[in-house]
Amino acid sequence: MAITVRRPNLSWKERIYLPAILSGMVITMRHLKNMIFGRTKVTMEYPEEKWDSHMPEHYRGAPALVRDVAGRIRCVACQLCEFICPPRAIKIIPGELPGDDKFAKVEKYPNEFDIDMIRCIYCGMCEEVCPEQAIFLRKDYAITGFTREDMVHDKEKLLEIGGVMHGVVLKWNEKK
Amino acid sequence: MNYFIILTSLMKILGVIFLIILPMVSYSVYAERRVSALIQDRLGPNRVGPAGLFQPVADAVKFLLKEDFTPAHVNTFYYWLAPCLAMVPAIATIAVVPFGSTLLGVPMVIADINVGVLYVFAIASLGVYGIVIAGWSSNSKYPFLGGVRSSSQMISYELSLGLAVIPIFLLVGQLRLTEIVRYQIEHGWMIAPFIGDWLNVQKWLLAIPMFVSFCVFTVAIFAETNRLPFDLPEAETELVGGYHTEYGSMKFALFFLGEYAAMITGSALIVTLFLGGWHLPIPSWNGGFHWTYITGDAEGWRGIAGGLFNIATFFGKVAMLLLVFIWVRWTLPRFRYDQLMRLGWVFFFEIALVNIFLAALMIAYFPA
Amino acid sequence: MSDQVSAPVPLVNVQVDGVWRQFPKGTRLIEACEQAGSYVPRYCYHKKLSSPGNCRMCLIEMGMPKMGPDRKPVTGDDGMPLINWMPRPQISCAQDVAEGMGVRTTSPLVEDCRRGVMEFLLINHPLDCPICDQAGECRLQEFSVQYGNAESRFLENKVKKPKNVELGPRVTLDDERCILCSRCIRFCQEIAKDDVLGFIDRGSHSVLTAHPQKKLENNYSLNTVDICPVGALTSSDFRFKMRVWFLKETKSFCTSCATGCNTVIGTREGVVYRQTPRENDAVNSSWMCDYGRLNFDYLHSHRRLLEPKIYSGGTLVPADWQTVIADAAGQLKHFNGPQIAIIASGRMTNEELWLTSRLAQSLGVHLIDIVPHRGAGDEILLSEDRNPNTNGARLLRISEEPGARLQTIARAVERGDVKALVVLGENPLEAGISADALSALPAFVLLDLLENPATRYATALLPSAGFAEKRGSMINGKGRLQRLNRAVSPPGQARDDWEILRDLIQAVSGQNGIYTIEEVFAQMSQSVREFSGLSLSKIGDLGVQVMESAESPSPDEPAKNEGNKPESEKAAS
Repeated sequence: MAITVRRPNLSWKERIYLPAILSGMVITMRHLKNMIFGRTKVTMEYPEEKWDSHMPEHYRGAPALVRDVAGRIRCVACQLCEFICPPRAIKIIPGELPGDDKFAKVEKYPNEFDIDMIRCIYCGMCEEVCPEQAIFLRKDYAITGFTREDMVHDKEKLLEIGGVMHGVVLKWNEKK
Repeated sequence: MNYFIILTSLMKILGVIFLIILPMVSYSVYAERRVSALIQDRLGPNRVGPAGLFQPVADAVKFLLKEDFTPAHVNTFYYWLAPCLAMVPAIATIAVVPFGSTLLGVPMVIADINVGVLYVFAIASLGVYGIVIAGWSSNSKYPFLGGVRSSSQMISYELSLGLAVIPIFLLVGQLRLTEIVRYQIEHGWMIAPFIGDWLNVQKWLLAIPMFVSFCVFTVAIFAETNRLPFDLPEAETELVGGYHTEYGSMKFALFFLGEYAAMITGSALIVTLFLGGWHLPIPSWNGGFHWTYITGDAEGWRGIAGGLFNIATFFGKVAMLLLVFIWVRWTLPRFRYDQLMRLGWVFFFEIALVNIFLAALMIAYFPA
Repeated sequence: MSDQVSAPVPLVNVQVDGVWRQFPKGTRLIEACEQAGSYVPRYCYHKKLSSPGNCRMCLIEMGMPKMGPDRKPVTGDDGMPLINWMPRPQISCAQDVAEGMGVRTTSPLVEDCRRGVMEFLLINHPLDCPICDQAGECRLQEFSVQYGNAESRFLENKVKKPKNVELGPRVTLDDERCILCSRCIRFCQEIAKDDVLGFIDRGSHSVLTAHPQKKLENNYSLNTVDICPVGALTSSDFRFKMRVWFLKETKSFCTSCATGCNTVIGTREGVVYRQTPRENDAVNSSWMCDYGRLNFDYLHSHRRLLEPKIYSGGTLVPADWQTVIADAAGQLKHFNGPQIAIIASGRMTNEELWLTSRLAQSLGVHLIDIVPHRGAGDEILLSEDRNPNTNGARLLRISEEPGARLQTIARAVERGDVKALVVLGENPLEAGISADALSALPAFVLLDLLENPATRYATALLPSAGFAEKRGSMINGKGRLQRLNRAVSPPGQARDDWEILRDLIQAVSGQNGIYTIEEVFAQMSQSVREFSGLSLSKIGDLGVQVMESAESPSPDEPAKNEGNKPESEKAAS
């Protein structure tokens, strides 16, 4: 069933349209004036002003690898993040820890761990899927570089961003 | 031939185009962006140079360095011709507009011909060809629709444009634009009768049709230059980019700058016809109140300063009008196409026609 | 095999989850349930091995017909016997179906049993799925999703057992992950006939180990990795290389010997990571040998030939395919038939061999043979003939007896009677031709995968594709036609062999209308009686018997696998 929308009955003043135009122009002029005299302040001029101190706790910035308090790289190269990563930004080449290593019990470690920050969409799925609490999204957001290679974070860079994580489960203990 | 005339004309052409019009075009783009930003509570381009003043330079470099790309499906010859046709008429119109009094005894008008206004209309009408040819040669649906829209829109509004200036000629009796300015200096601006001999009743009465003419003419100029609220040929929301959808790099820049050049030309015409041209009245008291003004006729540096001041006055008025153009654009929404046509043919055409008779009656019954 | 309706085995009525069905007498109950559509979880049971019944995962509720006072079953309203359910659950892997038997596979008692068994199995199992290679194809993972608890009630320390034990040269053992199902022990005893594995110690300290002074080093050791339901036995070769869920699985078969064991090739992003056997009772049951399984690393060798080359200015220089093919054809056309010899390979597919014979025809060549490769075989799967397609070469008249004409060819080359030699995927130095003779040849067209000492004498070098990089068919030692599928793309500029041969024939004789490998097979099936009515897609995943051969199984045996194929194919084979 068709719905008939009743047209409003416009008054004479509304029909000649000019008062509306003029009042509109007054409004825009008022905005212009307020901006010129600095009474309106909306834009945050980014490189000079930053929002960093207001960043919420759940902010999702650059993904990073963390070490635990014992200094172990928590990642065991299970490649679940590589699997879940929607834009396929993560590439891991696993390796086997030598028998005389301090953490030889863990057996496996990431030999190479690259995240292509051009591809990364900061979705946080890697953090969510990680069974080892090894990858976290940190608050770094200004990821820049001059070449595509610059934009690939390798293991060292990821560990540098990540730092040491406190308060995570230490599961590779004797009890396991 | 008089080599002096050729030389001075050449210098005036180069001076006006390269020292005034083109910088003005690029800075009107900058002004458009800054003013629109301020109207919308933003900041606009403020990164290149102090307050973003070198933005036009950056834009120009960008346009020049971009790949000049010609799509495979276009009609190449007309595709290349169209941007030139958009830019050239807009600049050529300036030729007959007096943009100053005199400088070192040389009149500040490039070609002071006696059919000035007819020349303006003749050349300005060519502007539509740029758009129509662009739309047609692009061989693509949106540009085509844009071209069709613009041709009908421009033809419609040229009528009102032409009819709106007739009252002025009835009054002045001349088509030469310098004479129109001269008349305004002597008798006051067309829409400001208080200037000059301000106690003349006929002038006050005549100001009514003149004001109507001014309004119709200004609106028509808006439509002719495809400015909002009449930018139907390039309505982004409906036609992607309108007639210049298929254009890029410098060819697009020519369309873009052509639009602003047309705005400057239109503003210059409004200033010349209705706002006293280069004339700036100064109230003075010399035994009794009267108006005076600066000319470039004086000897020595005073003459040069006066001439330059008049040029500055003229382009200052043009700049003010440009700001109005921008202001209107960022205030009013776009018309629907049928509304546009109705406005052109049912209202402005009739108003301009009636206005001619009104002016004629007044001139006949209240002769000066 | 219950769908063997023609077999003279009597059928018995069994009620599975309330529905009466018929199964051949002698069917394992666990198999019967699976055929009825309810998969019973199991760890220790494997259908190709004996049933020890030690994992207790396959517990079901079972009942026998209720007997009346007359010792006859009491029948219900539907005319079927009423069932007298046993109060305790039974293991379904050690039980054969019987007339009037009833099974419940999803009752609350059964589910409860499974939950209990899972909890016991997980008590000492480490939580190391993130590093375990079995993760993704682990039965323990799968069933703990269905029957496991989210949290363990076990608060004590887990039992420590040896980890990272080298059980043999190719198998690594993690005893903590072992659930003591004994599949590997039974495999070694029953299939590999090499009894080296066993359990020692008692209770929760019980561990799997090799007998003293013995190692799990038989040629079938990696099958224990396949059948291990958890991650206890892992392949040392595949260990920590790639997670299994990334692997793209391509059905193919092993080309390392004439047996042609059916396989699944696991690849990711153009790299072959592993080969695992695929069940085909007419060929390899569920097994394959370690030799064939690991024989794929040459595909990614640094010796792979990656670009076509021509001989120019005293050395081999890279050129584009068109140039090289045209150049090779020009070299060959320079000579007439008797001056040319072709050494083909028993590792080539039927399609390639057929194109080779076409090439020989168009060049008028009669000196053509394949190089025999032989090695020690065994009774189980590995064949002495290491050429996967000797039978194909016989059938396509490339070589009646492999190697019979090689001597003649070698002598002709040495004498200089043969001026042009075409070698396809073989090393002519191994075929008895000396390096001096090779270097003296005016034309030596070599199509091969890997660089070898003969490569540098080639006047035209054509890099080809390995077994995992191409499609085609081969006939195994028992006369079964099987199909190779492409798992990865050839590296560099290497191309499918059949394409190279097709282009070469075209450049030599200027005609053929072949664009796809299906068309090659179609043309071949028109002229070869055994292939008539077949196509690459009709070969199917399990292959088709096309030849009687010395090793051929008895005629009624292949009929087993034809049950799932359309009628037309049966007629064709």
